[in-house]
Amino acid sequence: METRVLEIRKGILNKNDEIARRLRERLHGFGVLTINLVSSPGSGKTALLQRTLRMLREEGKLPAALVGDLATDNDAKRLAEAGAPVKQINTDGRCHLEAQMITDHLGDWDLASIEYLFIENVGNLVCPSSYDLGEDVRVVLLSVTEGEDKPLKYPNIFNSADIAVITKMDLAEACEFDLEAAERNIRAVRPGMKILRTSSKNGAGMEVWLACLAEEKLARCVAV
Amino acid sequence: MHELSIAYSVVEIATQSAKEAGATRVKEVHVRLGALSGVVRGALEFCFEVACAGTLLEGSKLVVRELPAVVYCAKCEREVTLPSVQNFCCPVCDTPSGDLRQGRELDVEAIEIDLPGDEREDASGDEHGNASVGDTQGNS
Repeated sequence: METRVLEIRKGILNKNDEIARRLRERLHGFGVLTINLVSSPGSGKTALLQRTLRMLREEGKLPAALVGDLATDNDAKRLAEAGAPVKQINTDGRCHLEAQMITDHLGDWDLASIEYLFIENVGNLVCPSSYDLGEDVRVVLLSVTEGEDKPLKYPNIFNSADIAVITKMDLAEACEFDLEAAERNIRAVRPGMKILRTSSKNGAGMEVWLACLAEEKLARCVAV
Repeated sequence: MHELSIAYSVVEIATQSAKEAGATRVKEVHVRLGALSGVVRGALEFCFEVACAGTLLEGSKLVVRELPAVVYCAKCEREVTLPSVQNFCCPVCDTPSGDLRQGRELDVEAIEIDLPGDEREDASGDEHGNASVGDTQGNS
């Protein structure tokens, strides 16, 4: 018997990353902009998405959404009312989405008739940060009801995101939300991050959000 | 908590390399965890034992090397280690920097294996080990 050290140097998430890479390539081939929405539970991902899908449809754009949840298809039902294609991804208790789940659930969708693919991740500020879903843009949501120091408590996910959206701005005053502190904390863990403010209730900031998505699409997706 | 699925991936990667090298047992697994990897060391260590059950890794030791976040400071013109991931500012000159150079690592560095005492494994082991790394390298 002989003992030896074998060098491996292999990424633990290589398998997921490779699936994500292929997925991204495929979606780019159709000119689809893919947006991964991450946040804690109850910070308004579904509400933001609901309004976003409706507004994009009104503009004649072609959005679609995949919605991750531990159980139930309540969110998918809510979102389907906007008239866009929506599919639920039930993770059966798993705390995050993985690239293979996205590939599986895209299934029979005609990617040529999708311009914006939204992925609503499982409400969780820890685990989803490690998993590339083949997205172009990772958007992290922070609602005014959560407190300004969330970014400091969960630096990984805020650092891994490209855009931060502060949601439920209509409640900011009632919550005595310190916007300046929240933005300072976001930028402490991700200097230079683009920060938007929205209210899915009264529509404030939605135009800027949609313009931001259109800009990303222009910059990242050449096809169509 | 996704550390259990991370632990299973570690076991899968280690098992594959160990089998290719003709190992009879894996004694140690060395992993690197970046400060921004999103994986909690204690949780991974706990899950690792569970994931090893019934595999070549049963009874093996998980050796974790934690890597701090490192950013490039444009003002100092060098890489600096961040004392905390709650503040992406150069610890020397206090300039903010998001230019991350280290901190997302989440990989299996090496394994320590037991080999049967024959002469075969030396050449083929390395070759296979390297090939498997190259074949599956992602863009993480």
